[in-house]
Amino acid sequence: MSAVGTEVDTHDDHHHGPARGIGRWLFTTNHKDIGTLYLFFSLIMFLIGGSMALLIRAELFQPGLQLIEPGFFNQMTTLHGLIMVFGAVMPAFVGLANWMIPIMIGAPDMALPRMNNWSFWILPFAFAMLLSSLFMEGGAPNFGWTFYAPLSTTYAPPSVTYFVFGVHMMGISSIMGAINIIATITNMRAPGMTWMKLPLFVWTWLITAFLLLAVMPVLAGVVTMVLTDVHFGTSFFNAAGGGDPVLFQHVFWFFGHPEVYIMILPAFGIVSHIIPTFARKPLFGYASMVYATASIAVLSFTVWAHHMFTVGIPLAGELFFMYATMAIAVPTGVKVFNWMATMWRGSITFETPMLFALAFVVLFTIGGLSGLMLAIAPSDFQYHDTYFVVAHFHYVLVPGAVFGIMAGVYFWLPKWTGHVLDERAGRRHFWLSFIGVNLTFFPMHFIGLAGMPRRIPDYALQFADFNMVASIGAFLFGFSQLLFVWNVISNIRKGRQATDQVWEGAQGLEWELSSPPPYHSFSEPPKVN
Amino acid sequence: MASALAFVAALALACMPAVVSGAWEVNLDPGVTEISRAIFDLHMTIFWICVAIACLVFGVMLWAAYFHRKSRGAVAKHFHENTFLEILWTLIPIGILVLMAVPATATLIKIYDPRDAELDVLVTGYQWRWRYQYLDQELDYFSNMSTPMEQVTNQAAKGENYLLEVDRPLVLPVGKKIRFLLTSNDVIHSWWVPAIAVKQDAIPGFVNEAWTVIDKPGIYRGQCAELCGQNHAFMPIVLDVREEEEFAAWLSEAQAEAAAAGQESTREWTMDELMARGEEVYNTNCAACHQVTGAGVPPVFPALVGSPVVTGDIAAHEAIVLQGKAGTAMQSFASQLSAADLAAVITYERNAWGNNTGDLIQPSAIAEKLSNATGGE
Repeated sequence: MSAVGTEVDTHDDHHHGPARGIGRWLFTTNHKDIGTLYLFFSLIMFLIGGSMALLIRAELFQPGLQLIEPGFFNQMTTLHGLIMVFGAVMPAFVGLANWMIPIMIGAPDMALPRMNNWSFWILPFAFAMLLSSLFMEGGAPNFGWTFYAPLSTTYAPPSVTYFVFGVHMMGISSIMGAINIIATITNMRAPGMTWMKLPLFVWTWLITAFLLLAVMPVLAGVVTMVLTDVHFGTSFFNAAGGGDPVLFQHVFWFFGHPEVYIMILPAFGIVSHIIPTFARKPLFGYASMVYATASIAVLSFTVWAHHMFTVGIPLAGELFFMYATMAIAVPTGVKVFNWMATMWRGSITFETPMLFALAFVVLFTIGGLSGLMLAIAPSDFQYHDTYFVVAHFHYVLVPGAVFGIMAGVYFWLPKWTGHVLDERAGRRHFWLSFIGVNLTFFPMHFIGLAGMPRRIPDYALQFADFNMVASIGAFLFGFSQLLFVWNVISNIRKGRQATDQVWEGAQGLEWELSSPPPYHSFSEPPKVN
Repeated sequence: MASALAFVAALALACMPAVVSGAWEVNLDPGVTEISRAIFDLHMTIFWICVAIACLVFGVMLWAAYFHRKSRGAVAKHFHENTFLEILWTLIPIGILVLMAVPATATLIKIYDPRDAELDVLVTGYQWRWRYQYLDQELDYFSNMSTPMEQVTNQAAKGENYLLEVDRPLVLPVGKKIRFLLTSNDVIHSWWVPAIAVKQDAIPGFVNEAWTVIDKPGIYRGQCAELCGQNHAFMPIVLDVREEEEFAAWLSEAQAEAAAAGQESTREWTMDELMARGEEVYNTNCAACHQVTGAGVPPVFPALVGSPVVTGDIAAHEAIVLQGKAGTAMQSFASQLSAADLAAVITYERNAWGNNTGDLIQPSAIAEKLSNATGGE
């Protein structure tokens, strides 16, 4: 994306272009540059976290310990989770927000450009710190990305301290990103861009930003409690000192459940742009989409203990959290039905972004339905902490969040680079990913129901066959992502000139700018009618 | 694309012979208790409702994707809302959810009734084994995984119950209401036996409750379900469910054995006896952290080879084994092992792997220390 807007606005000499050299990226306050930085950072993290997943799947290819020690296996599952959640998915969405929100609402840039630079540049340091723990005595964090106490306190390796500070830095970055997005959307909309005219990606991100503001401080709180339990003799989570290990889980999941929606709501927004574009028909039920997103966000604060059905919650508590969790299915269903109705009687074509968006709807729905099964507390006693759960959240996060991000990247890439997408290459990547992802995660439903616990480096023989299938699928999926890297890089380097509208059915301010857009766009606010 | 699929299928098939068992198990086991069957039925009900919803949604999408394609000459309509439809597809899911909630609530209420238990078993999770205490029968023992490490490291062929076998299973009577009280000695574990649909977390400092009535004698296997450290995969649970008379016979025999083991500490032991017993005890209880070679995994699990504690003052060594070390993973073994086992393992550590201190500790000496400690309370 380095080709962005360098030659395009030479006619307008008071709009200076980007600085030259590395300084452009270090000191930039331009939302497009920062968006690009976030996206590349996220891509690198996706590849690192993915390599860890492949190591895990390689070990699980057959029963027995072949490649790695159980202790290192736990480090891999922990880092894989942390990197994918905080390093790949979240920064990718922030990158897309940086690129798209200002040009969707007709703003010249983000509201707080210097803070924008800072919130990005914290991240490489946070992850360098986290990853450096791999080389420390005692190894990297090995207590799972959910870091349940006391495994993460009394029984933790010394690197837990680096983990705590790393998470603090990621949290600061996310909070600043969220503040920036809220400030931009509330203050910098072009005249006439009223709330109920906001593009859905902007709406879903606004709601996501409020979720981030609400829960990242809770995460910061819980890691600080871990830190003081480890170093300063407190006993928040130590029963022997009057504390309670279950308190940890309540605080963690009060952050953790809204976090799940932080990772999916912006993808809902992206898909709500792509399906109307390629169905050549306006989005069905715009208002109900907005209300459904807001209801999901509000409900997400009331369901956290469904992650804890087996910790010994009283009957009334189990019932409350079961009902609240089931209730989330209603607004989620509304969204799926709206996408379905948007396709109905449209004039549909299947370019790469549309393929990813449709796979998103189908596979996310599968993940949503297994989520509904998990919400049923009595059956959850059998599903909890098995591969059924692993299958569920990977369906929501990989063909959910990750496919959503990839759909968005393919959708907007021609706008960013000015180069038409190579459809053949895009489709090849799509089909290999689609087959790979299902081959990896669908069998996990089966081994979970058959009784295989999650987070184990070795398993009983009856789980062997499906594990082998899952591992083959994982390698197919993993290596297919090299095609994604190739597609993105070759699109940046060359391609036919894209039109302003790029896609035949595309609607919105961002498609009225040139492709690529000028380095500084909408210095004069556009008129929205 | 077809070629890629064919390749994957061929690769998968080619690997099949390498797999020992060919069970393509895809669903929950209905189990052997009223509750496990109720949960199974509930699971299937919800599953089929989900399948129906999925078929409907995917069916409409497929229909649109096929018939409303631009390449078939479809021209886009421009409708973008329909209040009636939108209210309908909010209300119908609510109705379906209520239908799901009714049996779910009924089953949950049934599960939450631990009253009138006829047998109480205290289950305690340790890194990485389970302890079973029959509270009114004065019987108390540990259950360790019995799969040899050679099978795990692929130096021996894997047995039928690989990773799901233990030295002493939890023996239970059929048809009686059994209450489990669950707690932990260190980190959080989760005690799970799918066939009886009991999964309950074992949490240090707290006691959880669960219960079951098992209909059918048999061997039922489960595993720890909550990540509890590096050997989380290696702490299985095995239930040996027997007819009532057989259970009673087993119980009195086990009690007699326990009493006999208590006598071991009164006699004099030779170095060879202690070393032999010590190796056994060490490999079951200590090797998970300190490794079979005594090399440990520093800094979390220190090496015992040449360690100042193990080769230095014997009283300090005894103290750390008996009382554990606060703030670390080193537990107190005073209540976990018999005096004979403790004496043997300390003797073994002081003389194995080149730690040739020549020290020998008699079980009677340890027994005295243990009784002093309890007497002092």
